[in-house]
Parts: sequence; structure tokens; C-alpha cells
Amino acid sequence: MPLLEVHNVTKKFGSLMANHDVSFNIGEGEIVGLIGPNGAGKTTLFNCISGLYKVNEGKVLFNGIDITGFPPYRVAKLGAVRTFQIVHPLKDMTVFDNVLIGTYLREPNSEKARQITEKCIEKSYLSEVKNKRAGDLTIGLKKRLELARALATGPKLLMLDESMAGLTSTEVKESVELVKNLRGTGITFLIVEHVMEAIMPIADKVVVLDGGVKIAEGKPEEIIKNEQVIEAYFGKKYSKKLQAAKGVEKSV
Amino acid sequence: MNITKFKKQDIYWYLFIIVLVIIPLVPFVAKNSFLQHVLILILLFASMSQSWNILGGYAGQVSFGHSVFFGIGAYGAGMAVVKYGVAPWPGILIGAITASIVAVLIGYPCFKLKGHYFAIATFAIVEIFSRLFMIWYWVGGALGLDYPLVEEGWKNFIWYYTKIPYYYGALILFIVIFGVVRWIEKNRFGYYSVAVREDQEAAESIGINSTIVKLLAMAVSAFLTGLCGAFFVQYNFRVDPPMVMSLSMSMTFVLITILGGAGTILGPLMGALILIPLQEYSRALWGGLGGGIDLIIFGIIIVVVVVRQPKGIMGIISEVKNHFQNTKKTDFSLGKTKGGE
Amino acid sequence: MTMFFQVAIDGLLMGMVYALVASGLSLIWGVMDVINFAHGEFLMVAMYVSYWLGFLMKVDPIVSWIASGTFCFILGAVTYRLIIRQCLGGPALSALLATFGLSMILKNICLNRFSPNFRLLTGTLLDGKKIILGKVIFPLPQLVTGLFALAVVFIIYYIIKRTRLGWAIQATAMDKEAAELMGIKTDWVFAFVFGMGGACVGIAGGLMPSYLAVHPEVGGLFSLIAFIAVAMGGFGSIPGALLAALFIGLVEAFGGFYIAPVFKYVVVFGLYIAVVMFRPKGLFGW
Repeated sequence: MPLLEVHNVTKKFGSLMANHDVSFNIGEGEIVGLIGPNGAGKTTLFNCISGLYKVNEGKVLFNGIDITGFPPYRVAKLGAVRTFQIVHPLKDMTVFDNVLIGTYLREPNSEKARQITEKCIEKSYLSEVKNKRAGDLTIGLKKRLELARALATGPKLLMLDESMAGLTSTEVKESVELVKNLRGTGITFLIVEHVMEAIMPIADKVVVLDGGVKIAEGKPEEIIKNEQVIEAYFGKKYSKKLQAAKGVEKSV
Repeated sequence: MNITKFKKQDIYWYLFIIVLVIIPLVPFVAKNSFLQHVLILILLFASMSQSWNILGGYAGQVSFGHSVFFGIGAYGAGMAVVKYGVAPWPGILIGAITASIVAVLIGYPCFKLKGHYFAIATFAIVEIFSRLFMIWYWVGGALGLDYPLVEEGWKNFIWYYTKIPYYYGALILFIVIFGVVRWIEKNRFGYYSVAVREDQEAAESIGINSTIVKLLAMAVSAFLTGLCGAFFVQYNFRVDPPMVMSLSMSMTFVLITILGGAGTILGPLMGALILIPLQEYSRALWGGLGGGIDLIIFGIIIVVVVVRQPKGIMGIISEVKNHFQNTKKTDFSLGKTKGGE
Repeated sequence: MTMFFQVAIDGLLMGMVYALVASGLSLIWGVMDVINFAHGEFLMVAMYVSYWLGFLMKVDPIVSWIASGTFCFILGAVTYRLIIRQCLGGPALSALLATFGLSMILKNICLNRFSPNFRLLTGTLLDGKKIILGKVIFPLPQLVTGLFALAVVFIIYYIIKRTRLGWAIQATAMDKEAAELMGIKTDWVFAFVFGMGGACVGIAGGLMPSYLAVHPEVGGLFSLIAFIAVAMGGFGSIPGALLAALFIGLVEAFGGFYIAPVFKYVVVFGLYIAVVMFRPKGLFGW
């Protein structure tokens, strides 16, 4: 049984069709990328899955349970946790306490929760700043904190929304390492990304959205060759030029 | 390094023991009845404000309606004594529980409101309740309830010739309520409250049911406030709607907590320590001077503190501390919720 | 049936005054997201100014509204500069509590200097005069005050919607930083708006001593009703505040007459709760 099933999800804002009839599945242990040009509806889809938005049509199943229309906290409690594109750290609390709040979802006892939090902090390479005020961190560390906090809840599915945006290339490499390490621990990932070198090397499969519609799904190496995907990112004119150039290459 | 740490710990311990020994002996040293009265009021108002702090400070839901719960608690005790002629204790319990239930019933729809709309709704609630109580015959209407003379002592929780047992009663109330808040601070509920206050969306995304957190805070806060109301009526020997269910009583809860430092455990105590003596002594000194001078000073203090240091006295203290230290620990107090970082 | 119309007229006339008071508050709330707790006390100050001008110098409220309006404009602008400006970056509660402190200061200064006695201006130009249509009595002081208040509300609405100044105000209300990037001096806008809020109340308060007694507590209820009207009408909406205020005036009048005076405000406040349950942002809020 797939861990996450998205069936014909449609989300409208007035007359604007943000997501139209989007369907795909994610199996346990997979790393799935969700890509597409700006405005394609990726974050909207996230919001539909995580419960922030109510879908107009369609269903979302998590672990076999129909979670369509569940409020965000219920979805999180079931094990599907998301991070935000614009980070939401609890600014006046320390890094440790931020992660602790995440841990409390799976461990109500304070003593044990603190121990688990310590481990999460270590795994996320945040030990050095654990007593600092979250609002004082750099953007890179804030994003890692967001990830660590989500991790602390003990999720089955971790949904990352552009967690690499705004990071330096070193920070990107570190974050990718982190995700790779975590994959081994049985967590499934759904990752929205623009930074291609972060997602393509690690994804098992990629889903591509454009204009609210799913235009492609497959292994990364297939996707980058897919004509519709190229057109979505580069536009008709350029992709024709690219095809023409390839045609010339082949015949040469 | 070790020696310095040891010394510091020591000092805190000594202070704690001194405080623990002195506090219960105070009423025997402070023989002046007025001084005892002020001390009792300090403890009572600190307790009331601490109860409010649970909802307004830690959970960030600023309610101006708490005098309703204060009043329900007061009437609970009052009704038991006046209408049914029994000891106040069952009335106190019923009053506090009723306050809690009313709070949840009101809170559930009101929590859908955001920001100023919520605050104004709480004003409206106080006004509605206070006027309803004014015309409700069963609880004495506008005349309120006047206590008959009953036997002194702990059974009836009433004394006529001495204030000292009231002091101990207030002290117990204070310790209980502060204990509750201490527990909240150290456990999941406290962290969840602060998370809901600081960033509700983020809190929900990590599994926190913000509605339940707010309602729970509301229920506990209202229950404890009701207890304080019951104490008040036992000390005052009478109760009527303007005395307990007024907007100005509600504002007092808010002001003491904010002035002292909302979202901190010592804030309500600090606020009460400053404002109650000010209120009582200036009323005694200047109350006759065409009235109002004490309130003018009160108003000036409010404006100055709120503008200069919204985190109140505890905020001032922690800023001074940070000046001499570098590590920052988690700040539970009411931080910036609007505007920039 | 006549009684019905009489009560309705009384309610509407009161509602028009509420509308002016509420418009001032709505302006302040809409532009800077601040609830001016001292709004009712500004009204009290205006009423005292007008009363003393009338009592000591025989200036009729018909004219002294200019003085009290100006006085309260300055009071508002000064309040912004000294108090509100510091509160803007901090918790939303600060401005509310600071203005509460201000309301205490103003109220008790007047209590101290002018005693708690009720004071009514008699012998003014319109005093005791009335217009009678059919069987319905239109007392002239209330009528003139009400219509004038309504006119001021419309003028303010016009200024906000149709003038460049009004657009600057709207821009600042919608997005302060963007407005600053467009070269709008938001600090001046805020000061002006707070002053305008004060002026609204100042004008209302200037005309009223001819039929409403002045005393230190007079502001309290007006404050509360203004809050309810603005919140019911919706954050930042002057039409909303107008509608809500007129509604409140009517409900207050009918509730008081047909049910019981004590119930007047229970109904008004209950109405707020009812409205806001169905439209959490008020009737026209954004």
C-alpha cells in the first residue's frame, strides 16, 4: 500500500485553478521530488495535503486513512509533517526549545522528550547553536531548525517546502547529506524544490507540475529529457531551439 | 569556575530559606491592620493576575472578560452562605467549576475571532454578564448579597476580629496558583501554549491542536480566577455586580500582569507588589483631595511602563541581567507579536 | 404607531452621533491597527471645552465645535507622537493599554478639576426648540447635531476615497512599507489620522453639551459603543461603522423602550457577538 495517495486533487481560488486533477502516489521509504516553474501550484498542493487548505475535489489518503479535509494538526499527528517555504521558527525561544516542542508530539513526558530532543539536535548538526535564540540564527540555520523540529515529531512522511532556497552551496550540500542519512531511518520524503542539484541526485522519482496540472512523473533521468518539462521551464521557443540543436547533433 | 558556581547556588538557597521562614511570620511582625490588609490584597491580586496569566500571558489570548469568572466564583461562595446558610466550601467549588464551564462555552466561539475582534468580544461579555446579574433576582440583583453573621473560623472561612488567618488563606491560594503555573511552565502544556501564542500556524503544523490548548488554558484560568473571587467575597462580607463583574476589575487583572511581565511566573507578583500598595496608600492619602489623583498617577505609570518596556518589570530585570551575561535562555514572556523582529 | 417612529427617530439621531465617534475610531483602527481606548475620553474633553466656552464666555455650541474639534485634533496628534508611535513596533496590546492609561489620566484630571457633577448647558441657541412633523417630535439640538455628525462622516469618507491625501492614507493603511517606498511620509499620515480621529470626536463633543450633560464618566459608554460599532462594521470600514452605529442607535432605543432600559446594552452587546459569529471580520471588514 502506498504511504501517500493523492487522487484527483483540485483546488480553486475563485476562478483561478491552482491545482487541477492532480494524482500521484508515494511509496514507503521513497524520496519524491515535486518540481515545476513558479506558480505551478506546488505549495498549494502541499497545503491541500497537510490540511491548511480544503480541496474542492479529490481525495488524499495517508497510510490508507482518508485525510481529506483533516485540520493540519491532525495530519501532523498521523505522521505527515511539513515545513514552510518562509520559515516559521518560534523566534523568542531557544533552538533547543523549538525542537522540544516538536518532540512533545510523540513523547509527552518532559524528561524523555528532552533526551530525544538532544539526539535530534545532534543529528541535525545544530548542537553548537542549541541555546541560541531562534530568531537570531542565519537563514540557513533557521531552515535546518525547521527541518529538525519537524523531524523531532517522529514523522513517517516529511514534506519539505523549498528548504534549500536561499542557502549557500555548502549549506545545500549539508542539507542533502542530512536527507540522505535520514532516508535510511525509514522516513519517506516529499520535497518541493527549485534547486535542481539538491533534488535530482537523491530523488527516486519526480512529479512535475505546471499551471496547476501534473505534466510528468518518472525517474529524474527521464524527466530531464521530457519535452513537456523542458517546455514548461524554458518556454516553447527555446525548447524548439534545443530540439533543433539536438537534431543537428544527432545527424552530425 | 567551580567555586563561583557553588557560591551562586548557595546564595539562592539561603534566600529561599529566608523567604520561606519569613513569609509566614510577617503578619505577626506587621501588626498594623492596614498593612495586613495591603499584604492580603497583594497576595490576592497576584493570585488573580497569575490565573489570568495562564490564558493571557502564556497562551497569548488577551481576555478582558475575566471579571466574569471572578464574579461567578464570588457568587458561588456568596450564594452558599447567604441563600443556603451553609459553609462556603461547596459554593466555592461549584462556583469555580461553573466559571470554568462558562469560560469554555464562551471561549469556543470567541477563539474563532482574531486580534482586536476577540478583545472587544470579551468586553461585550463582561458588559452582558454584569447587567444580567444586576437584574437577576435569584442572586440578589443590583443589591447583591450581604453576609449574615456566622461562626468564625476555617469551617466558614470567615473572621471578624483579625486578619491573620486571611493572610494565611491568601498565602495558600497564592502558593497553589503559582504552583500550577510552575508546573505548566515545565511541561508540555506550557510549551504548547507559548507555541500557539507565538505562531499558531507553525504550532498546528507540528501537531498542536490550538483550539484545545486555548480551551484548556481558558478552563484552568477561569477555575483559578473563580477561587480568587470566592476568597474575595469571604474577605469582604458582601458581593454585588459592580464590585466583582466590572470592566475595571477585568482591566486590573490585565494591567497587573502586563506591568509585571506577562508570560512570566513572577510577573503577576511584581505587578501586584507595585500597584496594590500604590493604589491603597494613595487612596488613603489623597483619596479625599477631590479624588482621582491616585488614578492619575496610576494612569501615568501604565503609559510609561507600557510604552517603554512592554515586557513589564520582568522585562526590565531580564534586560539588566543580559547586560551582565551573554547566554540567553528561553524567554516565555510576551514578546513582539506585531511588526518587525 | 407614532411611538414607534418617535423611538426610531430618537435612536437614529443618537446613532448618527455614534457614527461620528465610531468613524474616528475606525479611521485610527483601519490605518494603524490601534484601538484608541481613550476615544471616549477625547469626547469628554471636547464636551468640557465646549461647555466651559459656553458657560464662561457664552459661546454657543453651534460655533464652539470648531474650538473643541481643533483641540481634540491637536490632542490626537500629540497622543500619537508621544505615546502611540513608540508602541507601533511592539505587541498589539501595548497601544491599547497605553491609551487605557491615557483615558484614566484624562478622566481623573477632569474629575479632579471639575468635580463629578453633571453639567448641562442651558440657554443655547437651539435649547428647547423642536420641529414637529405629524405627531413626531424632532428636538432641534439632537437634530442639528445628528445631521451635522452625518455630514462630517460623509466628508471624511469623501476625503479618504477621493483626495490624494485620502489615497496616501489608504496606501499607508494597506502596506506601510510600500507606501514609504512611494515617498509617503507615513509618520505624518499616522499623526494626521490620529488627529482626525480626535477631531471627529471633538466635533461631536462640541455640539452635544446643549442636550447631554457633561461629567467625567460620560466617555466610558461612548467608547464601548464606538468599539462595538467599529468591530461590527468591520476593521477599517467607515460605511460599516456608519451602518453599525445607526443600527446600534436603533437597537438601543427600541430595546430600551419595548423591553426594558436595563436590557438596552445587553441587546447591543449581544448583537455584536451574534454578528461576529457569522462574520468574524465584521460586516465589511478586510
